[in-house]
Amino acid sequence: MIAIIDYAMGNLGSVKNILKRIGVPSEITNDAQRIRNAQKIILPGVGSFNSGMQNLSKGGLDELLSELVLIEKIPILGICLGAQLMLNGSEEGHCKGLSFVPGNVVKFNNDNSNLRVPHMGWTHVQRLKSCGLTDQLPVEPRFYFVHSYHFKMENKKDELLQSEYIYPFCSAFQQDHIMGVQFHPEKSHKFGMALLRNFTEQV
Amino acid sequence: MSQYQSRVIPVLLCNLEGSLVKTKRFTKPVYIGDPVNAVKIFNDKEVDELVFLDITATAQGRKPNIRYISEIATEAFMPLCYGGGLTNLADIRAVIKAGIEKVAINSALEKDPDLISRSADVLGSSSTVASIDIKKDFWGKYRVVTRNGSNNLSMPPLEFAQLMEAKGAGEIMLNSVDRDGMMEGFDLKLIEEISKSLSIPVIASGGAGSIAHLKQAIQAGASAVAAGSMFVFQGKHRAVLITYPSQVELAGLIPRI
Repeated sequence: MIAIIDYAMGNLGSVKNILKRIGVPSEITNDAQRIRNAQKIILPGVGSFNSGMQNLSKGGLDELLSELVLIEKIPILGICLGAQLMLNGSEEGHCKGLSFVPGNVVKFNNDNSNLRVPHMGWTHVQRLKSCGLTDQLPVEPRFYFVHSYHFKMENKKDELLQSEYIYPFCSAFQQDHIMGVQFHPEKSHKFGMALLRNFTEQV
Repeated sequence: MSQYQSRVIPVLLCNLEGSLVKTKRFTKPVYIGDPVNAVKIFNDKEVDELVFLDITATAQGRKPNIRYISEIATEAFMPLCYGGGLTNLADIRAVIKAGIEKVAINSALEKDPDLISRSADVLGSSSTVASIDIKKDFWGKYRVVTRNGSNNLSMPPLEFAQLMEAKGAGEIMLNSVDRDGMMEGFDLKLIEEISKSLSIPVIASGGAGSIAHLKQAIQAGASAVAAGSMFVFQGKHRAVLITYPSQVELAGLIPRI
């Protein structure tokens, strides 16, 4: 069972929906016991960094996730805002992040470009290292992105995928069992299905 | 390889019965088929995004049909935008809960432009689309119209679009009523005029009949292009056939840098 963390940030149903399509049992929950029982955790989310962190800490989910991820070593996949929350902090708000992996979240700089922010649409990803999550994907993998802020990792070795919009940026990170993607696999049809299948089977 | 490609978005229209239809200049709806089936086909064709509009909700003073929306959302593994009959935050929350990513707000903005702000506060700007219908009046002047083109607004289109951006819209969907269903190309002058004065993405809609048309709209400044007839009709007799260009055909659709 995969626990999809419910902290009232965005459309969680689509994550459950695509997992159902690939035959993976999951549940949307904010119940501590049910989250503890899960083999893996997905932290999705759409919205602002501060409200995300505030909603997590309101129910004590921040402490629970820290325990499960850092001590119990439960595999976790952060999606979009969920992934950003797993870093140290963000230019978008003053709240401290979960700090699972060292890095920060910074705003796209389009001073020298006509490209608009948010970055919204399908963009290719390029592998920077090997990982069960992303080694097996359909050819020319591309995903759906909607974001104004992007990851800036402290350590190059944690960068998993790179994409280009205005300039190259880190679009996925990974450190051991902790993974985060900036794009939306739940809305990236065959590429998203492959990545989520990898998350359930390969990591 | 990592060049950014503009989004190409099929727009599906449905009526009260939940059937898909396609209009010409917002009138004469022709029956196309079953929406869930169409969404399945668009999944297989790996479309960038889908826009789904209930074109009878506002005219009938009806709420969004949550059951249909949820059936469609369950089959959509691409981003899905819904519009039609969204008049307040409760409607918006209900369609998001049914599995939609983005809402397109249109006629309600005539009386309540702040609905955009309230939606953006809850969903974020990137999920809040201001859908603006534009029609030329008797003197050839662009006018904002609402309620399926039946009502004129006094505010000029550019001012209205800028107001929507200021209220927090993440995107403007710019629909040309005069070009709708004609498949003779977009209103490029309109696209250029609006998009150059905004900093948020403009989705151009109305008039697409070919890949060349899509390219022209992007060159005119649109960040994304939408089309209805082009993706549901085939040939000059407008036989129903759901299609979508291949990745190779779409590769040239890159924005102006």
